[in-house]
Amino acid sequence: MLIKRGGGFTSSEITDHRLYLGRRAFMAGAAALVLAPGGAPAAAPPAGQALTAQRNAALSLSEPPTTVESATTYNNFYEFGVNKEDPARLAGSLRPRPWSVQMDGLVAKPQRLDIEEILRLAPLEERVYALRCVEGWSMVIPWIGYPLAALLKRVEPTSQARFVELTTLLDPEQFPGQRKGLFNLGSLDWPYVEGLRLDEAMHPLTLLTVGMYGQVLPNQNGAPVRVVIPWKYGFKSAKSIVRIRLVAEQPKTAWEKAAPQEYGFYSNVNPAVDHPRWSQATERRIGEFRRRKTLPFNGHADQVASLYSGMDLKKQY
Amino acid sequence: MSRRSRIALKTGVWAVGLWPLGFLLWRAWAGSLTANPISFVTNTLGDWTLRLLLASLGMTPLRILFGWSWPVSLRRLLGLFAFACAALHFSVWVVLDHFFDWGTMGADIVKRPYITVGMLALTLLVPLAITSTAGMVRRLGARAWRRLHALVYAIGVLAALHYLWLAKKGVQDPYWYAMVLVLLLGVRLWDRARRLAGRRRRPPLVAPALVVEPPRGSRSRL
Ligand code: HEM
Repeated sequence: MLIKRGGGFTSSEITDHRLYLGRRAFMAGAAALVLAPGGAPAAAPPAGQALTAQRNAALSLSEPPTTVESATTYNNFYEFGVNKEDPARLAGSLRPRPWSVQMDGLVAKPQRLDIEEILRLAPLEERVYALRCVEGWSMVIPWIGYPLAALLKRVEPTSQARFVELTTLLDPEQFPGQRKGLFNLGSLDWPYVEGLRLDEAMHPLTLLTVGMYGQVLPNQNGAPVRVVIPWKYGFKSAKSIVRIRLVAEQPKTAWEKAAPQEYGFYSNVNPAVDHPRWSQATERRIGEFRRRKTLPFNGHADQVASLYSGMDLKKQY
Repeated sequence: MSRRSRIALKTGVWAVGLWPLGFLLWRAWAGSLTANPISFVTNTLGDWTLRLLLASLGMTPLRILFGWSWPVSLRRLLGLFAFACAALHFSVWVVLDHFFDWGTMGADIVKRPYITVGMLALTLLVPLAITSTAGMVRRLGARAWRRLHALVYAIGVLAALHYLWLAKKGVQDPYWYAMVLVLLLGVRLWDRARRLAGRRRRPPLVAPALVVEPPRGSRSRL
């Protein structure tokens, strides 16, 4: 793994990046890299830094990725605001350095890991996954990271650990969406908490993610570290994580607390189970005109369906 | 009010009514309809339908509260722009969002409460738009026309419900719109209660024919 600070693209990397980035975004990114002084100060937000990783072709979609412009300007990240354009507009207030992740709960080796340590913990790979939002749209994104399992193994979950609880940073200074509004009508109960069953968290598809499109994660996409679970609706993939706790009981997630009949704990992509207010049978791929059919487990049925054998997925949605 | 100020007011309403279309055309030209243009266009038109509908519902309260007569002359135009916006909003759903997939759309209308009430609101707007001309008022008679156009209150409520029910948790705008609607309908209720009370307090010997309306102009309800 290699983190470059400023300059130093090889020509093959440039071609790679051009594939992803819209020309404008590419030029802006390139300019930022060229202008950045060699060895930026440690506290500077690293967004825009190149991050190289080998693509794991076996676990990647072969579809062309969504433009980086779409993926970084059309986001659901309530910590910045409820509108899709809020995260890109307000992301500057998040400071992804210094950062650490508290790992505790039912583990043999509780510890606090610094983000730099997390970046070096296992070889980074690129995975091209479809991100299916519960609202009925999807994007194809080349993520960079390594299996969450690698991190979990390091803290040695005990035999009582059955679930993994993921917590996003709570800091209204950095996350304007966490500030109390005038009436504070119906906003989420902060901090954002997500959860996975331990076997889901250990599944090789579950990616601890630190980059996308050949670069460090932009703030609006969950910098500096998030998870990506490609067979679940996007909101399960918690962003800007500060705590990973192993527990015996199923965690109560933020969206379950807010609207239990709409957002279940599992929230596996399932065209047969509608959201109460809209159908999940189809989705619009960002950049495409016509809707396409949504696939069970977002196309990963052969890899993950066995995790749920014997469960009634209409009830345990 | 002078002819010139009347023209200025109408021009203003035309500008507001055409704004959503102009805004969308400009964003399309600039290539900034967001990563999800169909959703952006749907939501922009939905927002403006609701705004224009509330604006049209806001004219009578202005008369009640301030005694002005000019707002009521803008009511019909605002209502028609609201209808046009709603028709476009619906067309985007049919053509761009579902591309004439009638089966899916039919199921949505039946199964999704927010679509059901939206559809109902749009359907109820149709007879109001058709009978909006002066000729139609004459043909129906003022009484029947007023009764028909009282439907706009129901349409307002349905539209507010549509937004409340489709919005995700944490989105606050629908509550603001609903609050404005409650205020606009509340002013009317208050006015009516006040007038009823006034009538009851009159000495019994006054012949009913002499109980004319309160001094503030017509009683049409829109
Ligand atoms: C008087 C009639 C209507 C009004 C006032 C209205 C208003 C609105 C408003 C305010 C929004 C939300 C905009 C936003 O989120 O910023 C909206 C969204 C929407 N409306 Fe309507 N609407 C009406 C009729 C309809 C009809 C007839 C349909 C379809 C049958 C419809 C389908 C939709 C859809 C699909 C959305 C987007 C929902 C989403 O993004 O999840 N609406 N409408």
